[in-house]
Amino acid sequence: MGGYLALTEADKEAMLKAVGVSSVEGLFADIPEQVRLRRELALPAPASEVEVERELTELAGRNVHTGRELSFLGAGVYDHYVPAIVDAVISRPEFLTAYTPYQPELSQGVLQAIFEYQTVICELTGMEVANASGYDGATVAADACFMAAHATGRRKIAIAEAVNPQVRQVVKTYAPGFGLEVVEVPHAGGVTDPGRFRVEAEGAAAAIFQQPNFFGCLEPAPDLARAASDAGALAVAHVDPLSLGVLEAPGNYGCQIAIGEGQAAGNHLSFGGPHFGFLAAKKELIRRMPGRIVGETTDRRGRRGFVLTFQTREQHIRREKATSNITTNQSLCALAGLVYLSWLGPKGLRELGETCMGLSELVKKKLGLPPAFAAPGFKEIAVRLGRPAEEVVREAKKRGVNPGYPLGRDYAGMEDVLLVAVTEKRSPADIERLSEVLGEVLA
Amino acid sequence: MAAAENYPADLKYHREHDWVRIEGGEAVFGITWKAQDMLGELVFFQPPQIGAAIDKDGSYGEVESVKAVSDLIAPISGKVVAVNEKVKADPETVNADPYGEGWLVRVQLSDPSEADALLDAEAYKQLVAEE
Amino acid sequence: MSNWREEPLIFEKSRPGRSASSLPRYELPRAELPAALARAEAPRLPELAEPDLARHFSALAERNFGVDSGFYPLGSCTMKYNPRLNERLAALPGFADLHPHQSPEDAQGALELCFRLQEALAEIAGLDAVSLQPAAGAQGELTGLMLVRAYFQDRGELETRRKVVVPDTAHGTNPASVTMAGFELQPVKTDARGNLDLDDLRRVVGSDTAALMLTNPSTLGLFEEGITEVARIFHEAGALLYYDGANLNAVCGISRPGDMGFDIVHFNLHKTFSTPHGGGGPGAGPVAVRRELEPFLPAPAIVRRDDGTFALDSERPKSVGRVRGFLGPFGVFVKAYAFIRVYGPALKEMSEAAVLNANYLLARLKDVYELRYDRLCMHEFVLSACKLKREQGISALDVAKRLMDYGIHPPTIYFPLVVPEALMIEPTETESLETLDAFVEAMRRIAAEAAESPELLREAPHDRPVERLDEVGAVKRAIVRYEFGEPEPD
Repeated sequence: MGGYLALTEADKEAMLKAVGVSSVEGLFADIPEQVRLRRELALPAPASEVEVERELTELAGRNVHTGRELSFLGAGVYDHYVPAIVDAVISRPEFLTAYTPYQPELSQGVLQAIFEYQTVICELTGMEVANASGYDGATVAADACFMAAHATGRRKIAIAEAVNPQVRQVVKTYAPGFGLEVVEVPHAGGVTDPGRFRVEAEGAAAAIFQQPNFFGCLEPAPDLARAASDAGALAVAHVDPLSLGVLEAPGNYGCQIAIGEGQAAGNHLSFGGPHFGFLAAKKELIRRMPGRIVGETTDRRGRRGFVLTFQTREQHIRREKATSNITTNQSLCALAGLVYLSWLGPKGLRELGETCMGLSELVKKKLGLPPAFAAPGFKEIAVRLGRPAEEVVREAKKRGVNPGYPLGRDYAGMEDVLLVAVTEKRSPADIERLSEVLGEVLA
Repeated sequence: MAAAENYPADLKYHREHDWVRIEGGEAVFGITWKAQDMLGELVFFQPPQIGAAIDKDGSYGEVESVKAVSDLIAPISGKVVAVNEKVKADPETVNADPYGEGWLVRVQLSDPSEADALLDAEAYKQLVAEE
Repeated sequence: MSNWREEPLIFEKSRPGRSASSLPRYELPRAELPAALARAEAPRLPELAEPDLARHFSALAERNFGVDSGFYPLGSCTMKYNPRLNERLAALPGFADLHPHQSPEDAQGALELCFRLQEALAEIAGLDAVSLQPAAGAQGELTGLMLVRAYFQDRGELETRRKVVVPDTAHGTNPASVTMAGFELQPVKTDARGNLDLDDLRRVVGSDTAALMLTNPSTLGLFEEGITEVARIFHEAGALLYYDGANLNAVCGISRPGDMGFDIVHFNLHKTFSTPHGGGGPGAGPVAVRRELEPFLPAPAIVRRDDGTFALDSERPKSVGRVRGFLGPFGVFVKAYAFIRVYGPALKEMSEAAVLNANYLLARLKDVYELRYDRLCMHEFVLSACKLKREQGISALDVAKRLMDYGIHPPTIYFPLVVPEALMIEPTETESLETLDAFVEAMRRIAAEAAESPELLREAPHDRPVERLDEVGAVKRAIVRYEFGEPEPD
């Protein structure tokens, strides 16, 4: 570890002298003896850089990553292509090694990037204000519940069963502390029925649905938003950012809050994190929003600059009355999202969406397996295998293909349903191969 | 544009830096020069609903500057009959004129005798000097 | 006057028809999309070719300051050097391209890394079990309080144990977490030596107390001298002790929270274990607990089976549940684990160097800035610019801004709240004596400048892309996204 520490023995001696203690041990005189650790930490001995690299490369080598099998896994995290420029930008040490932009004069780069990110998220979702990011697509749902509870004074949350199970679990974990009751709205044939949604949204602070939903199906989103509003609940849509070139923006069909998982936009799979969650809303909710918000202003010479704003919402000022306890967020991951979406542009986003839809259509045709649900989809399709999906996955993996995610893990009665995800990284030839392998396994 | 420090003699004061001007069965509330000085330029006023009941020593709203937020403490109890829309639109009015244009709410008093327990200008000035 | 040119917003550089993207084009069947669900108007994403994209973000990077740019003594944030090796390792395809739904048997390396990190953190904390799930320190705090909730619920005491004691020196996240977890805040005072006021504590702790949240060393950079008595007071009242790990960098291998009497600890991997903070995040906030609290940890848990393989255990009926997606910010775990492997037991030397650096700065600055609690400090200390304020009208903010002119990132200012005009300074262990001396020199010169040419401080910084910004105007105008003008007529 010598490499990371700069003090020489001579430095230490001179410094101790300046402090007026005779040894490093003397610096810790305020720590009572009974709580001192009088042995070495039981950790493996210090390793050199070469040795650490060898050890971690060995660990990495034991994982089957997407370069080692043909993978159709999705279910919340997607293997989209990450352009080289994304990694190049987020490796810049001025971004990578900075803390939160508390000092705007030294942080205009990050602040302007967040302002641009907020704009991109608002454009995608049809909203007027976005925060600088949340932890992931699950925790922003809990944030939305907290916002809605304060905005409406209501104590109930309605959430569609077709919302990602991890999102629902996180909402339920947070609910008791917030004093909220959570009601799940069952799906009907893979989508949420607006009439049923309306009934459960009655008396709720927020009514949450996902578009496309966890089964890959397109919900009747405008009808669900209207049902929520009719019941006096805030309509909250959990959306895939990469679908928003072809699918309508939640803000344009009556939602007050849009949230989602940002991973698909420029973030590597990384075994589930770090990624980012996004949260955007209509302007009247700005004072209810959790997390950081960057605003535009000027200096005394009239030059444009960016600052953290509406900070009285936040924990460091409002403490126990804050809109959230969040401080560290996912800035660098959100920056990756900004670079990625800027790389795509509106045309690229649309093209990507159309490619995903075309590929899933091709999956439907090539596999020739009965779709579990009739509703149209975006980049995932649930098919019935007629056999336990877990078994089929195991068999297919032996042939180098990971065919997807067994929905029976989360939904009773779906033990034979496989959720197959495609991205632009899967070619028609890959889908051909998937079809062959499933054919062999199911034969 | 900030006002000069002053504490009018015709007002009653609460230790939390709030003032009240009694006008018959009604009263007007605001925050003192000291309060606005500690907060800095105000950027937001969260008023109570018209008709809301407010309790003596309880919070009836909030004011915010860029770096601070403060509860508004009711000097006496009553029911809100008016909110200063001008302060809602331009909160810095409070900094410019804390006892005039910068009033916050008008209240119908439920127990005018509560005012007896409040500080007069001299006592409040002394409190400010001690802090 | 600085020579910086304004960098336009990316939307202002955008031109219709340009694009950086390069996507595969396949022959595909057309998919049906109900008209009611189709996007009517395209989102106005930027339209730039890749070279201009590269230059834009390069220009933004130049307008930012990181640990690699210069000294960054931002108190409470532990801005140490971020080893580049760790970036390379987290980018290995076996980690970066691993899908989180991959079956555990095909993710054994990743699970083993998580398991080894859990073990290391448990040893460093002096506790028994660890969950890596929480996404950041604040979420670790909240998770900790959820554990407190679940523990008392299990014992049938949740109805009566409503209060969480938090000292007045605490980070704002502590009281905010108390509210989010559904508890009530019970503040407690600091005594004349900067310790928790034990008399005040004995007065407020009782059968309605659920827990204490404490940062030790405190945000004043002082070790809680009465910590064993504090622990006794809470445990005798049947309450739990929660350790906010924000300041763990002071005591690794020297004193362990578990040995101090704490039951729950959260770590900030992005502080103590050097994972880069990325201009605001990501972080990671694992929690460690005593054995009795293990059943309540977030699920799924990462466990080692008898055959030596690693698995996910979701059968945790008493678990508080899931606090975020998947197993946590795995990429951050890779970096923190690599850091811990480089040091091993010598983490103690890391903390010793951090504490020596802080005490050296303190010794050389306390004659020009006031020190409220004159003791040896731990990894950080809090000075006050009160005298400058009184005598020259120069505030902590002015000192902070002037430091930028010396190429130094300012300390944390106006925190903790108990010290007026606070300057909270944390050098970390990775700074050289020369860097520390340059900081001392700058701070002493600034104090002199305050008397000789105060305008220099009030108008600082002088050579950044912007001068001090109008924050009142930012709230009033509330411009929080770019407003597109009307499209130009064709």
